[in-house]
Amino acid sequence: MDLSEIAAKVEDGIRLNEAEAVYLLQSPDLLTVGELAFKANRRLHGDNVYFNLNRHINYTNLCVNNCAFCAFRREEGEAGGYALNLEEVAVRAAEAAAAGATEVHVVGGLHPDLPLEFYERMLRTIRDAGPKLHIKAFTAVELQHFAAISDRPLDEVIDRLQTAGLQSLPGGGAEVFAERARRQLCPEKISGARWLETMRTVHRAGLRSNATLLFGHLETLEERVDHLARLRSLQDETGGFQAFVALPFQDVGTRLKGVRGPGGVDILKTLAVARLFLDNILHIKAYWVMLGVKLAQVALAFGVNDLDGTVVEEQIGHQAGAASPQALSRRGLVRLIHHAGRTPVERDSLYRELKREQGGC
Amino acid sequence: MLKTIAEKLDTGWSLDRKDALVLLQQADLLTLGRLAAGMRRRLHPQGRVTFVVDRNVNYTNVCITGCRFCAFYRKPDDAEAYLLSHAQVLEKVAELADCGGTQLLLQGGLHPDLRIEWFEELFRSLRRRFPQVQIHSLSPAEIVHIAAQSDLSVEVCLARLKAAGLASLPGGGAEILVDRVRRRISPEKIGWRRWVEVMETAHRLGLPGTATMVFGAGESDEDIVTHLLRLRALQERTGGFSAFIPWSYQPGNTELGGEEATGVDYLRVLAVSRLVLHNIPNIQASWVTQGGKMAQVALSFGANDLGGTMLEENVVAAAGASFRLDRGELLALIREAGFVPARRTTGYDVLEEYV
Repeated sequence: MDLSEIAAKVEDGIRLNEAEAVYLLQSPDLLTVGELAFKANRRLHGDNVYFNLNRHINYTNLCVNNCAFCAFRREEGEAGGYALNLEEVAVRAAEAAAAGATEVHVVGGLHPDLPLEFYERMLRTIRDAGPKLHIKAFTAVELQHFAAISDRPLDEVIDRLQTAGLQSLPGGGAEVFAERARRQLCPEKISGARWLETMRTVHRAGLRSNATLLFGHLETLEERVDHLARLRSLQDETGGFQAFVALPFQDVGTRLKGVRGPGGVDILKTLAVARLFLDNILHIKAYWVMLGVKLAQVALAFGVNDLDGTVVEEQIGHQAGAASPQALSRRGLVRLIHHAGRTPVERDSLYRELKREQGGC
Repeated sequence: MLKTIAEKLDTGWSLDRKDALVLLQQADLLTLGRLAAGMRRRLHPQGRVTFVVDRNVNYTNVCITGCRFCAFYRKPDDAEAYLLSHAQVLEKVAELADCGGTQLLLQGGLHPDLRIEWFEELFRSLRRRFPQVQIHSLSPAEIVHIAAQSDLSVEVCLARLKAAGLASLPGGGAEILVDRVRRRISPEKIGWRRWVEVMETAHRLGLPGTATMVFGAGESDEDIVTHLLRLRALQERTGGFSAFIPWSYQPGNTELGGEEATGVDYLRVLAVSRLVLHNIPNIQASWVTQGGKMAQVALSFGANDLGGTMLEENVVAAAGASFRLDRGELLALIREAGFVPARRTTGYDVLEEYV
């Protein structure tokens, strides 16, 4: 195997296998891997780079799980623990709507005792506070928690949440699927197989979602690629994943002592390989909260076509040491994309074009 | 056009102003990276990435210059104004020496009361107590100020400081070596000709050093290229620059304000610097302003050095840069990018390779 063979496959649109993806991740030639991904991205999206105007709402940091990589989670009764009440959620949603956001991104810990009805009410509260906001909420892990706590089947949980206003799902909680790494990282969390099964159900219910990978901690490169392969395979079946988001592990304040998060080179290669390997997931997103704004912009030359959004207020990545700001403005996102020589396209939550920014600098 | 430029580079020609502008404005990012990485390989075939164990000591934040891009300076009567005593400086350098440090970067504001004797005495004490620590200190603006305060010519001032222990000059205060830009961002600071004269005099007196550029404070692409060409011309005459360090203006807490140059802008300027400055051997990535992740990526865009470990840094920290790296992180960063880490002296001699 060598880079030129892989390049020829990419050129011909032939699907890469896992060994080839591992080879690319191991390649010392960052720029060549980047060029392949850049070309693959250009074929799909031309010069377009997407972003949206969104706001995150992290409704609670109380969590019955205790994942080793998490600096956000608090035990019930522990200092710093919080759970937003419905008025607080409403204020945030109303602020988002007033600021011109088109989406709220709602995720939280697995709260020990809030019932399913609370989450239904929360969705309705958001819908009332900002009727035009698209509600993207809850990871597969939260959905399974709601099913367990209410003792209702997943189908019913999804149906009730959809009725209450849920419109799509983020892709969190996937972490890394491989059992070995997952046992060390998040033994209490639903398994990788269960995560995928949950997403299958979600997609069948007509909801779209993202898919994530948390990387650069204890997983091997093979496990990283295995994760991509399982996503690709489910996507062949459902077509429900809109975007893939690679999340670099943030190494501050977690229980993975002495484990450093991935460097810039590893992050760029992983995004590039995701673009090349995930031929059936249309969008590859650089989540600037975790990458840092500068690296996220640079990633646009490495296969990325989506910079996420304005975010406004984020807890999870920042508690784990992310050095990025809390928010980017629309103008800030447009500037980053222009400076990368590309065309900024504001999108809605389903990647429909809302506004294209011409010109540049 | 790009093809012609690539051919020029392959055959060892120097790039002209037009080439540099084409690269800066038109080449795509990865093409620039590829060209710069190629030149870096030709100049540094060993695949090393070097760093120095150093400390910045900012002896005073009092400054009469009042540059609009600076968040560090205070007026002499400000409540936060400070001047370190010699004992305080020596204590900081003792900590550096304990960590195996070999370079002291002593820089400060233009203090209205300090004369050359203050520096001579300090340097002599430093030489006596820490002969292993090279005094890599004072920017051209400080030299001009100290000379004026002491009624000396720049040449005599530099010669006396050298006799007292000054070994090399960092290239601070260069900002952008175009007076139209300087008048806007630092109207009271020395002009570009004076900066070049001081460096040229220093080099001739056997005080080599580095050169910097602070970009992203409203200059044009042409100004950036002019800066590089002025440095290259000076280097042709003296050969005194060991390294070039471009970094982006940090707008936090400054009068000038504005937005920081983006990551792509940084990598483009870095790569073009590598390509234009063929006669300056080393290009430093600035992890202090760009962060460790970007600095690692910069190694694929022409940089071959990560500067200092910086036990302490105050100036860009005052303007919002908050990055820190320990030596372990620095080594990991270099290795993961596929290079061999090497600790060096200020003059770029390798002290230790971490194979």
